[in-house]
Parts: sequence; structure tokens; C-alpha cells
Amino acid sequence: MAAVSREQVYEWLADVPDPEIPVLSILDLGIVRDVSVNGGVTVSLTPTYSGCPATEVIESSVLAALEKKGIESIAIKRVLSPPWTTDWISDAGREKLREYGIAPPARASRAIACPQCESLHTERISEFGSTACKAAWRCRDCLEPFEYFKCL
Amino acid sequence: MSRDEAVIAYVLRLADNALILAQRMIELVTAKPELEEELANANFALDFIGQARMLYSYAAELEGAGRSEDDFAFMRDGNEFRNLLLIEQPNGHFGDSIVRQYLFEAFYVHQLDALTRCKDQRIAEIAARAIKEVRYHLRHISHWLIRLGDGTDESHQRVQASLDELWRFTGEMFVSDEVDVAIRDNLAGPDLEAIAALWKRDVEDVIAEATLQLPEDQWMARGGKQGQHSEHFGFLIAEMQFLQRSYAGASW
Ligand SMILES: [Zn+2]
Repeated sequence: MAAVSREQVYEWLADVPDPEIPVLSILDLGIVRDVSVNGGVTVSLTPTYSGCPATEVIESSVLAALEKKGIESIAIKRVLSPPWTTDWISDAGREKLREYGIAPPARASRAIACPQCESLHTERISEFGSTACKAAWRCRDCLEPFEYFKCL
Repeated sequence: MSRDEAVIAYVLRLADNALILAQRMIELVTAKPELEEELANANFALDFIGQARMLYSYAAELEGAGRSEDDFAFMRDGNEFRNLLLIEQPNGHFGDSIVRQYLFEAFYVHQLDALTRCKDQRIAEIAARAIKEVRYHLRHISHWLIRLGDGTDESHQRVQASLDELWRFTGEMFVSDEVDVAIRDNLAGPDLEAIAALWKRDVEDVIAEATLQLPEDQWMARGGKQGQHSEHFGFLIAEMQFLQRSYAGASW
């Protein structure tokens, strides 16, 4: 097998989706901590939170994606420190979330904008939502309910 | 007790607290009074399961005897668990479970904070991950305690009764034994006396805001950290372990 570059591996990982929010890749989500290539490929991943049920699904998707590209020796390393925060979601990831109808985590103390009409006239319906990382909100202008990716 | 044995014992205590509290919370799934609370409870329980898994996996590595995280959770007998008595108390009514959760998490947050500076790197990393979750839980749970205490006459009375009933299980959190001392002295672990003072300060503030009365000093139950559990524990363990004990190795 020809040697593979780190850049190449990152490119492949850009096609591995987050199972809970498939519009985001694991790179957009900011959970790929490192990739090293020496003989085999080692991918270091960090869990978003301790009990995230997606962690194992993500690890097996990474294995499957790299196996499909012909990589034979693959190791997945779980890295806990420093702990993941929503600040690590990339700008591209934040844009994808918005287009998908999920308000990205607030930066600083800015108001939460409606992902449909961009109004800041919004209110929280429930602090807890369909997954542990999301809350339920509503726009008071266009009246659409939407999900908000909580700031962690 | 060797240094390694003390670390394994300590990690298992942390793991047992997380697992047993999660099990109590799981008993409440589909039984919460409203949907938002239902989701909060399930999400918080999941955080504890995740923490328990990281801790059991680490204990298994340290022990090096081929046991897995599942073996620790499902194949140990009740007297091998080292969780606090407070955590295993039955769910009771909504106020009882809020008080139990608050009194424990108000302690756990300071325990984890101290552990982020522990010289055992893995423990410090797990603590740094977990404390973010626990801070979030505490904000939510303390709001409930305040809302119930400062709510109607009925809710005030009932949550005061919960506090009076569970108070005797709080003393155990701050009693050091040889494991706590070993972690404190060898690995710069938590000083339980210092944590007791921080806990008391926080709890007094929230109880005052909730217009509740701090229970009087009283006799304190202990034994959980030594594996002597209350009569409720056997039922919890039996339900939690039934499947793996009856169908060993069963998986989804
Ligand atoms: Zn709108």
C-alpha cells in the first residue's frame, strides 16, 4: 500500500457524518483531535460529553471509512483532555447547522437568532430537547419552532 | 493497602456513585411530571452512565485482571459496591429525588473540582470532562429545589420533609477513611474537610433562598463506602443485574 498523507486522511474524515446531526461532519464538529500516519493511521477523537451515545458509532464509522480507502492498520485513540466545548464547532459547521434549521451555539452573550428568518425575537420552550446537546426554541416573529445547539 | 490498590478502590467508588445514581434516575424514566423534566432526567442519567463507564474502564486497566466495565457493573455482589448511602435511597416523590440529587451533586462538583488537580492524569482528565456536566445539572436541580421550597405551602412542606429525611445520609460524604487519605496524600486528591466547608456554604445558600430550614445536627448514617448498604440496595442491584446474571454475555 502506498503511503498516505495526513491531509489525505483529513479529507476522508470530512465525509464522516455525526450520527445525531448528519449535516455536520466530525471535522465540523471539532472532535478530531489529531491524525498521525506512520505505517498505520491513528485518529484521535474526543467525546462531546461523557455519555454521548454517538461516540461508539463515530468510532466505527471512522474505521469503516478508512478501511474502505484501503488502510489496513487503523487505531482510534480516545482523548479526554482538554474536554470538548461547542467553541470547537468550525465556522463551516455553524453555517451548516443554520441551513439545516438548528441555531448554532451562541458566542459571547448574543441572543439566539431564528435559523429561518434571522429574527432575534425568540424564546426558549424547553431547556432539554431531542438530544442531550439541544434545546427547543421558538421564533416569535415567524412562529417557527427550532432547535438550538446548547453552548457547553 | 498498596498505593495502586487505593487508586483502584477510589476510582471504583467514583464509578459506583455515578452508576447507582444513574440506575435510580433510570427508574424514573417515563415517570417524570412533565416532558422537559423527563428529558432532563434521561440526559443527566446518561452523563452519569458515561462517567461510570470511563471510570470502570480505568479501574479495569489498573487492575489488569481481565475484568471489563460490564463485569464491574453487573457481576459484583451488593457488598462489593462502594457508593454512598445517600445515592441508593429510593426515588420517593419528585421532591425527594430532587433533594437527593442536589445534596449529592453539590458535593460531587467540589470533589471533581479537586480531582481536576489530582496527580493521576487519567482521573484528572475524567474529572475535567465530568465537572462541566455536573455544573449544568446543579444549575437545573438547584432551581427546582428553590421553586419547590419557595412554592406553595404543600410543596414547601413536602420538600422540607425530604430534606429532613435525607439529611442523615450526608455526613458520610465527608468522613475520610484510608482510601481517601491515600488519594489525598499520594496524589494531591480532595481534602474532605475543605470540601465539607464548601458544600455547607453552597447548601446553606440554596436552602435559604428556597426558604427552607437547615436540618439540625444529628446522628449520621455511614457504611456505603465500606460496602454496608441500606435495605433498599438489594432490590436496586437485583433489577440492574438481572439480565446479565440470567443471560450472561447478552448484548443488543
Ligand atoms: Zn423566525
